[in-house]
Amino acid sequence: MRIPLSWLREHVDVPADDAADWLHATLVRVGFEEETVHGGELRGPIVVGRVLSFVEEPQKNGKTIRYAQVDVGEANGGVRGIVCGALNFVEGDRVVVTLPGAALPGGFEIAARKTYGHVSDGMIASERELGLGDDHDGIMRLDPLGIPGEVGADALALLGLDDQAVEINVTPDRGYALSIRGIAREVASATGQAFVDPADTARAAVDAGPASGFPLELRDDAPIRGRAGCTRFVVRVVRGIDPTRATPSWMASRLRLAGIRSISLPVDITNYVMLELGQPIHGYDLAKLRGGIVVRRAQPGERLTTLDDVDRALSPEDLLITDDRGAIGLAGVMGGAETEIDATTTDVLIESATFDGVTIGRSARRHKLFSEASKRYERGVDPAVADAAAARVAQLLVDLAGGTIDALGADQGEVPAMRPITIGVGFWNALLGTDYRVEEARGALERIGAVVVEQGADAWTVTPPTWRRDLVDREGLVEEIARIVGFDRIPSVLPVAPPGRGYTRAQRLRRRVADALASAGLTEVLVAPFATERQARMTGAEPVRLENPLDGERPWLRTALLPGMLDTAHRNLGRGLTDLALFELGRVFVAVDGQGTDELPAADARPADDVLAALDALPAQPDHAAVLLVGERVRKQPGTAAARYGLADAIEAAERVARTLGLELDVRQGQREWLHPGRTAELLVGDEVVGVAGELLPQVAADADLPRVVAVAELDLTAMIARARVGLDTARIAPVPAATQDLSLVVPIGVPAGEVQRAVRDGAGTLLEHIALVDDYRGQGLGEGEKSLTFALRFRAPDRTLTAAEASEAKLAGLRVATDRHGARLRE
Amino acid sequence: MPTPDENADLGARVDAAVAAALAAIEAAQTTADLQAAKAAHNGQGSELAGLNASLRDIAPEQRKAAGQTIGAGRGRVAEAIAARQQELAAAEEAAQLEAERVDVTALPRIRTAGGRHPLTMLMDEMSDVFVGMGWEVAEGPELEHEWYNFDALNVDPDHPARSESDTFYVAPADRHMVLRTQTSPVQARSLLTRELPVYIVAPGRVYRTDDIDATHLPVFTQMEGLAVDKGITMANLRGTLEHLARIMFGDEARIRLRPNYFPFTEPSAEMDVWHPGMRGGPRWVEWGGCGMVNPNVLRAAGVDPEVYSGFAFGMGVERTLQFRYQLDDMRDMIEGDVRFTEQFGMVI
Repeated sequence: MRIPLSWLREHVDVPADDAADWLHATLVRVGFEEETVHGGELRGPIVVGRVLSFVEEPQKNGKTIRYAQVDVGEANGGVRGIVCGALNFVEGDRVVVTLPGAALPGGFEIAARKTYGHVSDGMIASERELGLGDDHDGIMRLDPLGIPGEVGADALALLGLDDQAVEINVTPDRGYALSIRGIAREVASATGQAFVDPADTARAAVDAGPASGFPLELRDDAPIRGRAGCTRFVVRVVRGIDPTRATPSWMASRLRLAGIRSISLPVDITNYVMLELGQPIHGYDLAKLRGGIVVRRAQPGERLTTLDDVDRALSPEDLLITDDRGAIGLAGVMGGAETEIDATTTDVLIESATFDGVTIGRSARRHKLFSEASKRYERGVDPAVADAAAARVAQLLVDLAGGTIDALGADQGEVPAMRPITIGVGFWNALLGTDYRVEEARGALERIGAVVVEQGADAWTVTPPTWRRDLVDREGLVEEIARIVGFDRIPSVLPVAPPGRGYTRAQRLRRRVADALASAGLTEVLVAPFATERQARMTGAEPVRLENPLDGERPWLRTALLPGMLDTAHRNLGRGLTDLALFELGRVFVAVDGQGTDELPAADARPADDVLAALDALPAQPDHAAVLLVGERVRKQPGTAAARYGLADAIEAAERVARTLGLELDVRQGQREWLHPGRTAELLVGDEVVGVAGELLPQVAADADLPRVVAVAELDLTAMIARARVGLDTARIAPVPAATQDLSLVVPIGVPAGEVQRAVRDGAGTLLEHIALVDDYRGQGLGEGEKSLTFALRFRAPDRTLTAAEASEAKLAGLRVATDRHGARLRE
Repeated sequence: MPTPDENADLGARVDAAVAAALAAIEAAQTTADLQAAKAAHNGQGSELAGLNASLRDIAPEQRKAAGQTIGAGRGRVAEAIAARQQELAAAEEAAQLEAERVDVTALPRIRTAGGRHPLTMLMDEMSDVFVGMGWEVAEGPELEHEWYNFDALNVDPDHPARSESDTFYVAPADRHMVLRTQTSPVQARSLLTRELPVYIVAPGRVYRTDDIDATHLPVFTQMEGLAVDKGITMANLRGTLEHLARIMFGDEARIRLRPNYFPFTEPSAEMDVWHPGMRGGPRWVEWGGCGMVNPNVLRAAGVDPEVYSGFAFGMGVERTLQFRYQLDDMRDMIEGDVRFTEQFGMVI
């Protein structure tokens, strides 16, 4: 909402100096956020001048200029020679002259300067140069615009260019503040000034009696959510206007500062009154109306061409203004083209109605037509002001457009009664923790227009004013009290919570995993979960699609972290960061059968348990952890050769996650469509596959513009945390020496070393404390298709020093199992 | 028995042997030289060993004095060897250490630094503040049922925020699933499932259909707080926010509340924080929204607003990071450029 200061000053006192800052500060205190200031960037001398004569001088560049003699008044130096590029004026025209020393919007300073062979002693201004509009076809001529002003007069004041508008943000619960009336009341409340309601002034000022007799019917066969579409409709008729008269400059200026374009005098008047009283007004050309008016819902298939010349298909939820021919307006949103006021209109029908915010909001969104009217209806229009607004429009049409108010009119519907609210005396302090006095609280409520009636000593009945339908409970009243008395008087008191249980186990473990990966040299990234279909389906899980994605190419939600991390890696590589170790912890989304519900339960009380349970039928959203490694793990340095990231590093990172959770990760050969067929490891905890590590299929890497070798791992962190070790059967750390032995055995090349290791471990029994693969040899001394694996074994008994013979026996027991399972033989 | 001449002769021979041994020991430049000198002058077959062996030929009454003479000589030699041994070992160790000298500025670097993202670290740090006060950290789904995201929070079915111009809907939209637009659905879930009183924070990702620019992200992080207890006041809200602000921005940080509107709170307020470390001088910065939990929200969760009251607040973690570290452009936080994260190390 933009508030022209000159307009506000008609209703409340605003200091002369730093008025915009003062108003912002005043309104912020009562809940209106400041946005900006409009206007006021022009500086004089800018005066009215009269073109006495001019000569046209064609220039070499093909342009013709005029060298004009312009009288700017004795006080401003009399007649001045001014060069002007515009050709749209005649001798005798009154124009706006910016004299040397003046400044135009954008800080453009005017000075006498030599141009086209003359000294131009100022400039004749166009509307655009003055910030008055877009018209730059020529200079601004005051006579056709009906703008008065003697030669030499200050044009800034004349055109309202010395005025400013303060823009504030009005929250959606305060529709009343989308008006000078509402803002003036807020300023009066905030500063303790007296306030006279401009609606009362408008009613008193109208020079006519009540009107009646216009055929009008309010009908609603299909109220939305039980709310009638129209609750009050006021009609006034003004006849014999001259619609071609110019809008007075004070009105045009205020409309401009308020952000509304001047259209024609009758339309400008309706907009002016809307800004002043907050009541949207629609004016119809009475001659174009056929019969009376019926307000009703649209019928299936009905259409309407609105004022913006768009032919619209209507919904049965749309509320219409109709006459005998059918729809002539989309109620509260936009009028129809057929009954529009134009330059030939003499008789005007004024509509000042109260429409339901839900109906209007839905229509505005449905037709993507967000008008000043719909904005106000959606936020609530004072139903009591409709007659005053109609009277104000009628009177302005009389005063400015030369019409007379007709006795024909109507006022149907009613102003719904306000529901009184009971509030305990002092409840505000109980909720706020303040020490506001009773009379302060009562004063605040009365200043916003509420009626306070004592109910015994301890309670009040508060009836909010008609423009405050948002006030429905005592907490709402407390907000008003706090707002007016002052949020700055709320003290600061730290509450004492009962003893807490700290972080949950999952929360602690997640943080440890992230810290562990970071400590291992990986950098955490956070990737948005929006994915292409290909990315979302890469892992084979069923993805979820968005109805309204920001990026049409990425309407899916990720089912894995890695596809998005490929993009992140690519971005880094593009910036010359070629060696990357990235990790992400984040949610993925996997569709489930029967997700969502058809119904939205009511929210006026706790829904039943089965209703709540149904709401939890949501896509699965486990936390994943993913790792992406590309480039050099170790860079070439003095004494150290370069080493590149590979599958082993990805598995190591996965193992680090597992160890952090107290889990043993089993690795086995795996297959994934998007991973290298020979370099894919399935990662298991017990029998459950919790993730996969591998090198990307080269084609997948190439599609992502990444180098051929990209090592990755993706883990279901939620599943792993669910299996994280609970408790521990701690062994006594035996203080006895260990016995170490190596075991070299020969197996077919196709047997995975991990399987052989498992066999040895299983066979060696409890004496085997540790086993590690130390060599994998192929070649001389072995048969075709054979390999020799060497394991380092460490044996220990908890209670005694093992003999070499005992250790050997255990080792050979391990060999026997390896022989049984994989045909292993001891290497001689 | 030996004559005095013979005694004098023995003394001279011992002296000569000792002198020769000391010279050899002195001359030894390595522990190997020293071992050779030891063998030659004090080992088997050495002059001193020979003299010692000749003791048995000496008359018993003179043997003691002769033995003492020889023993003293051998003792001097052994002492010298031990002393020289120490000297040489120290010199050899020093030489070894010198040989092992490296250029500490040119050692190989094996691991890259790595680091957590500053946003997650900041979220952790903010959570720590509340956990330290006995609050708990609550979580909820990011893909949320519309009821939790809106209805349970007193957002009218026709509220403009529910339109597709603000909220991501999961297809098909008539199944009422959204990407949560705020962490507040966790409030509703917490009130439905936890025992009263409830003191929780809910950090997490939220989603809005905003185009990306320097101060807006379609995916961002919020820190939500909720306290519902008997006798909770707006002064408690301010006290809690001020406590957090002082930890985040220093002891001079303060909180200013300005009236505002949110469907889920009443009274509602915008909170500004006085940021003493702001670039260009201390000033008020918009931090987030807050207020007293709307009684309709309590009712929807089955909490009696006649008995309990509560406050709630929410602030953007990105925004907090942005003005704590004077970051001009939020896009740096989501692009995943490792340089952005690495500059923080593990410190926030």
